[in-house]
Amino acid sequence: MYILIAGGGKVGANLTRSVLDLGHEVTLIEQRRERFETLEEEFEHRVQVGDATELFVLERAGIARPPDLVVAVTGDDEDNMIICQIARDKFGVAKVIARVNDPRNQEHFDLLGVTPTVSATSIILAMIEHEVPAHGLIHLLQLRKENLEIVEVQLDKDSPCVGKLVERLQLPTGSRLITVMREGEAQMADGDTRLEAGDQILAVLEPGKEEELRRALLKQR
Amino acid sequence: MQVLVIGCGRVGSSVALELDRLGWEVTAVDENEDALQRLGENWSGGFVVGHGMDMKVLRAAGIEEADAVVVSTDGDNTNLVIGQVAQKRFNIDTTVIRVLDPARAALYSEMGLWTVCPTQTAIKTLTEAVVSSEKSPTGTAS
Repeated sequence: MYILIAGGGKVGANLTRSVLDLGHEVTLIEQRRERFETLEEEFEHRVQVGDATELFVLERAGIARPPDLVVAVTGDDEDNMIICQIARDKFGVAKVIARVNDPRNQEHFDLLGVTPTVSATSIILAMIEHEVPAHGLIHLLQLRKENLEIVEVQLDKDSPCVGKLVERLQLPTGSRLITVMREGEAQMADGDTRLEAGDQILAVLEPGKEEELRRALLKQR
Repeated sequence: MQVLVIGCGRVGSSVALELDRLGWEVTAVDENEDALQRLGENWSGGFVVGHGMDMKVLRAAGIEEADAVVVSTDGDNTNLVIGQVAQKRFNIDTTVIRVLDPARAALYSEMGLWTVCPTQTAIKTLTEAVVSSEKSPTGTAS
């Protein structure tokens, strides 16, 4: 596979080393001259100096072949978005991966259709959330393309739905309970499943419905 | 009519002042508080300090009611992203984006954005100045 990596910081350099080890062909683009010289000692002709949002720099790196994959991991979100957009829309690159530095910019990546994205901050945050569920609802999986997400909800004795049948719950439209985990065993959440305190529920829902679902399953706060 | 000018440097501030003079309701946005000084002591329009990529800043500046947006920060890629947010998220047809790199300006223009490239204008003007001097009588002596 031919992989073009934009941004030779820690992420870009480690990624380059790793995919080279896997036997792929790689070109790494780094803008800062000094950093480029350090990288060149290790990666030799596989690293090029330049601004990867400039068309001639991308062309020199073989963007027109086109690469099987373009990975934009600079420290600048705007640059990562533009690199991926140019790669995909101008040069027909089939697959792009972009790094999100500031999670607040995630919605801009989504708007521009730059996907998939990877954000170290968001991943770590999700892990913290999983350890310390602040709002009783944990995000497990986000299926952006399908516009769905899967969350886990833990019921306590004050939850308004405890003792109720699943079919009698007032769930928000666009959401559905999948399974109920009770005493280490999962069962499908059917209409005649009666919920108990301590149940761990997996639910699928449209993004943006979390608050409604939380209100339906957990106590008001 | 309301207009947002995002990036209030040399270009943005002049655009803001001129539109204000023409009767537009102008709000300028800049990361740097000092940019307000470029608008003069008598500036009566809006001014919001913050980054144009920040949705809170855009909303505070009134992007939801804006009829037009001028994007003129000092970063081409920043401008291209903010411009697409204004055009695609807030459906503002009159979103004009300054892009200094002629290649990116042309590419994004093909992709449906309204880009303005001062560099391209300079290239054309400078080249034409030389070419036209060649045609003048004094220049054709040999």
